[in-house]
Amino acid sequence: MRVEQIAVFLENKSGRLAEITSILADNDINIRALSVADTADFGILRLIVDNVEKAKTILRDGGFTVGKTDVLAVEVVDKTGGLATVLKSLHRACINVEYMYAFVNKTGENAVLIFRFEKMDEAIEVLQKDGFTLISGAQICAL
Amino acid sequence: MYWEQKKECMARSELQQLQLERLKTTLRRVGATVPFYRNRFSELKLDSGKVKSLDDLRRFPFTTKQDLRDNYPYGLFAIPLREVVRIHSSSGTTGMATVVGYSKNDIANWSNLVARILCGAGVTADDMIQIAFGYGLFTGGFGLHYGAERLGASVIPISAGNTKRQIQIMQDFKTTALVCTPSYALKMADVMMDMGVNPNGLSLRFGLFGAEPWSEAMRSEINERLGIRATDNYGLSEIMGPGVAGECQECNGLHVNEDHFLIEMIDPDTLEPVAPGEVGELVITTLTKEAFPVIRYRTRDLTRLMPEPCPCGRTFVRVHRMMGRSDDMLIIKGVNVFPTQIESILFDIEGTEPHYRLIVERENNEDKLTVMVEVVESIFFDAMKKQRAFMEMIRKRMASELGIGVDVKLVEERTLERFDGKGDRVIDKRKL
Repeated sequence: MRVEQIAVFLENKSGRLAEITSILADNDINIRALSVADTADFGILRLIVDNVEKAKTILRDGGFTVGKTDVLAVEVVDKTGGLATVLKSLHRACINVEYMYAFVNKTGENAVLIFRFEKMDEAIEVLQKDGFTLISGAQICAL
Repeated sequence: MYWEQKKECMARSELQQLQLERLKTTLRRVGATVPFYRNRFSELKLDSGKVKSLDDLRRFPFTTKQDLRDNYPYGLFAIPLREVVRIHSSSGTTGMATVVGYSKNDIANWSNLVARILCGAGVTADDMIQIAFGYGLFTGGFGLHYGAERLGASVIPISAGNTKRQIQIMQDFKTTALVCTPSYALKMADVMMDMGVNPNGLSLRFGLFGAEPWSEAMRSEINERLGIRATDNYGLSEIMGPGVAGECQECNGLHVNEDHFLIEMIDPDTLEPVAPGEVGELVITTLTKEAFPVIRYRTRDLTRLMPEPCPCGRTFVRVHRMMGRSDDMLIIKGVNVFPTQIESILFDIEGTEPHYRLIVERENNEDKLTVMVEVVESIFFDAMKKQRAFMEMIRKRMASELGIGVDVKLVEERTLERFDGKGDRVIDKRKL
């Protein structure tokens, strides 16, 4: 149920994000979702792509520092309160979110929430118990 | 103004005779009491009894900081510990620190030599001396303190830090002489401006500065902003601490207390003597130290001899203000920092050879060290909180192991130029 995400270290210099996305495009890798966390000096780019291993290799070859982490993807109906119900359930179980980001699928009916937890296994248990839909990396790419 | 005119102005021929006698005694003593020197002398078949001139010292081997570290803590002491009355230690990590000891006579001599420096700078028994050097293992605080008391001046042992309080006390206690690092003097001038204190309203007349590199431009700025006469003084804990050399009121080079220290100037690469007046590395042999005598200590400080007679009348030779280092040691906020220390901390954290660059700057008269580190996978995190916690961890470790605060900046892999020499990893932007 875990989804593989790649993270890339970026200095705050102009053109770096463009460089990464060009490298991915040149190698026919599709970005499904992304988020950037940044400080004044540097940023951390996180990506969900359709070919994790290839993306990792080519970015590394391109001179970037690349990490791979597991995240969880929760599919919810795209309506008011969708995210709130998920967070409430996690809060009840005392599970902290390290970071999260979201995107809406092509049909616009469902939203996909990407979560990173410190306690991944417990989070999976809680989310499944409360009846949320966890989707796989392959499912994300098929959306 | 002399503290001991007979000594400070003795004829060169008489001085050289005194130096030779003291040198022979020192060589004989270390050869008899310190295994390190005994072994070295016997390996090289050197007989201290056969020394007939000061030039004969050149046949003896140098002593380096590494030798001091290898004999940590008491290996180079030449008297039993029960006769040692004081211990000091140079800055550095636990593993790299060096320890020095003093006998009762050493402390008396040290105090006297510092009194000479103070007197030469114009300070008298009527002065109120504020000592803003750190008191502790560092020789600066206690060295100046004992010297000032020996001189008969009044001492304010305020130690380092808390600038506003320093200034308050300077006003209230009517301080006439300030002892600290030159950059701290400028910082005080800045803080006085913030506090609305007019330096011209203070009683301050003299400033004795040392423990870090500075320049003639800094001297002028200090003189102008604080309305004082700033003089330079030099010392190092391995030799004694402050009191090795100091400027007279001519403010043109530091007189070496040659009756207690024999100096040589060498080319740091060939180890041969440089021509008189040429820049070289200062090498010092102690002539009167009892607890911790040192033979031909390589200070790594670069300077040049100024053999011309000084108008002040002292016959002791002058050395130019220290011009730099012959190794890669950095002096940051008066603390000795070696790039290798930072490298080993990073290596320990990353588990591989780190790529880093050190940037030294002086902002608002305070030294600032920035460590630029290339981010490799082992130190890269997808969560910002963890990445920042990691940077904080590096900062804390460096602060505790180096003794100074650093800024850590993460940069992308393969963006720092690759160098063979370690010295090249340092960019010193300080304009002194």
